[in-house]
Amino acid sequence: MRREIPMIVAFVAGVIIILEFFVPALTPVSSRIQNWYLVVVAFAILVGAFNLLRLNYMKVRHRRTDWPFAILLIVGFFTMALAGLIGGIDEGTAFDWLFNYFVYPMSSTMFALLAFFVASAAYRAFRARTVDSTLLLAAAFIVMLGQVPIGSIWVPSWWPFFLSPDWLKDRIMDIGNTAGQRAILIGASLGVVSTSLRILLGIERSYLGEE
Amino acid sequence: MRSALVAIGWCILVGAAAAQTLHTAASVSAADTPEDAGGSIDVAWEASPDEAGEVFEVLGYEVWRATSATGEYRKVADVEPGKKSYQITDATAETGVDYYYKVKVLGEAFGEKMDADTAPRGPVSASPQWFRAGRLNMLIASIILATFILLYISKARAGQKLFIRRIAGLEAVQEAVGRATEMGKPVLFVPGIADIDDIQTIASVTILGRVATMIAEYDAELLVPCARSLVMATAQEVVKEAYLEAGRPDAYHRENIRYLTDDQFGYVAGVDGIMLREKPAANFYLGTFYAESLILAETGHSIGAIQIAGTAMPSQLPFFIAACDYTLIGEELFAASAYLSREPRLLGSLLGQDWGKVLILAFIILGAVTAFVAQFGVEIGGYSINLAQLFEVK
Repeated sequence: MRREIPMIVAFVAGVIIILEFFVPALTPVSSRIQNWYLVVVAFAILVGAFNLLRLNYMKVRHRRTDWPFAILLIVGFFTMALAGLIGGIDEGTAFDWLFNYFVYPMSSTMFALLAFFVASAAYRAFRARTVDSTLLLAAAFIVMLGQVPIGSIWVPSWWPFFLSPDWLKDRIMDIGNTAGQRAILIGASLGVVSTSLRILLGIERSYLGEE
Repeated sequence: MRSALVAIGWCILVGAAAAQTLHTAASVSAADTPEDAGGSIDVAWEASPDEAGEVFEVLGYEVWRATSATGEYRKVADVEPGKKSYQITDATAETGVDYYYKVKVLGEAFGEKMDADTAPRGPVSASPQWFRAGRLNMLIASIILATFILLYISKARAGQKLFIRRIAGLEAVQEAVGRATEMGKPVLFVPGIADIDDIQTIASVTILGRVATMIAEYDAELLVPCARSLVMATAQEVVKEAYLEAGRPDAYHRENIRYLTDDQFGYVAGVDGIMLREKPAANFYLGTFYAESLILAETGHSIGAIQIAGTAMPSQLPFFIAACDYTLIGEELFAASAYLSREPRLLGSLLGQDWGKVLILAFIILGAVTAFVAQFGVEIGGYSINLAQLFEVK
């Protein structure tokens, strides 16, 4: 029964939500199921927070690598939680101040790293070692040239329009790129249907630990 | 004398406006919202002729509702003017209750505000419908696709040998786990940043089950940092079951499947920290990813890990392709669990999926050809065929 009950729950909930897409009268039932999911998620947040605190406490207790950072995490966790619980989370509260001057800048710093990683990844990807990577390099060069103002400024009036970076960029983005993205989306959508059917019918049971 | 003339002129203009009345909204209708679950009524009307006139300025419309024609009306919507026709959906209606609606036009002329009501429209009641006719094509496509998948599953069950094309990224899973075992380093599995209600996360967790069984058999260490509590709870159960199945329950460490944070870049910082401290030999990034994809993959590359990524997010695929050794593109992510299991029934579903793809491809070609013919027309044996005229395509 340990495996049968989750499979029955997955089947019933899945079938109702799929049918609701076609049968409007089932919307109240489907909404109720989704509300139950939200309740489960709310309780799971407590499980996650407990897991985070327990692991970091163990790290400090056993003086594992970089354990002082674990103290920082525990202090930060309780500071934010207490600030939110006591003063609320509205504008001008302590929580809001901590969010704006600690959490937000730290997130922005991590996001900003992306600029450097794009440069290093582009350097590797655009090295013209094979035909594929040379084509990628050429396409990227044309698209980048077409995106910036200087790309169309340097083109003299007698230059054929179908060789201008602007025109070529539009063709690459609208035809090649869009077609590729749609192909991926069609394939992925079919994969979604197939995976959903396998789970609903109980054929895919790896999430229950059974071959 | 001059001010007296202005006053007389003003009186004449106001008198003229008063002589004319503000027109009501035209063609007011109220009907049950089609193809819904009940609880809403659509009210539509055409603009008051005064919107185009010069005497009155139409300030807006109000929709009022009552449960009887002569009962007490309650305002349900305010609408800005400026269109030829209007429609609002009253989503506060109760299913099965009869309602009457009036549309009030609000106008102004020479500083005088006035309004004009329409006669009540009704009774009308909200009711749920049993089928969304607009989604019939989706239903037919879903049934055809499901039939293909179920047909090939039953063929696989009957023992028919099925050919599945080789997927390099999945062939490399065993190599990656083997490498980690030989080097005595852990395997890092990142299940994306979406919650468990996302199908890509579900696909990722099913792959985690297969990979965890392999890892347990090889006696390597598995690390799974999660961005959602529910994904962590699910992953813990999946990995525990995989270790039990591999006969290695003693090797399962619950604390290796941990929750970090829901915050996107906080999660990236946490995973990067794990990579730099633990130096995993193999990294798996499977699931839903956004801007963090390249930060994770480049950090993984910097520590020399063999990296296998997979996502159905088209905007993140180029980053994974550039920074990882193998990338599962779109459908390959959903095929991974079936591919790794080598179980005939699961492989059968992949073949059914492929036939669905062939069907869609055929429809795309048919659509492209008919669109081309509709645009330009063709001449066959002296007969001119123009699909635009044939099907009255405008």
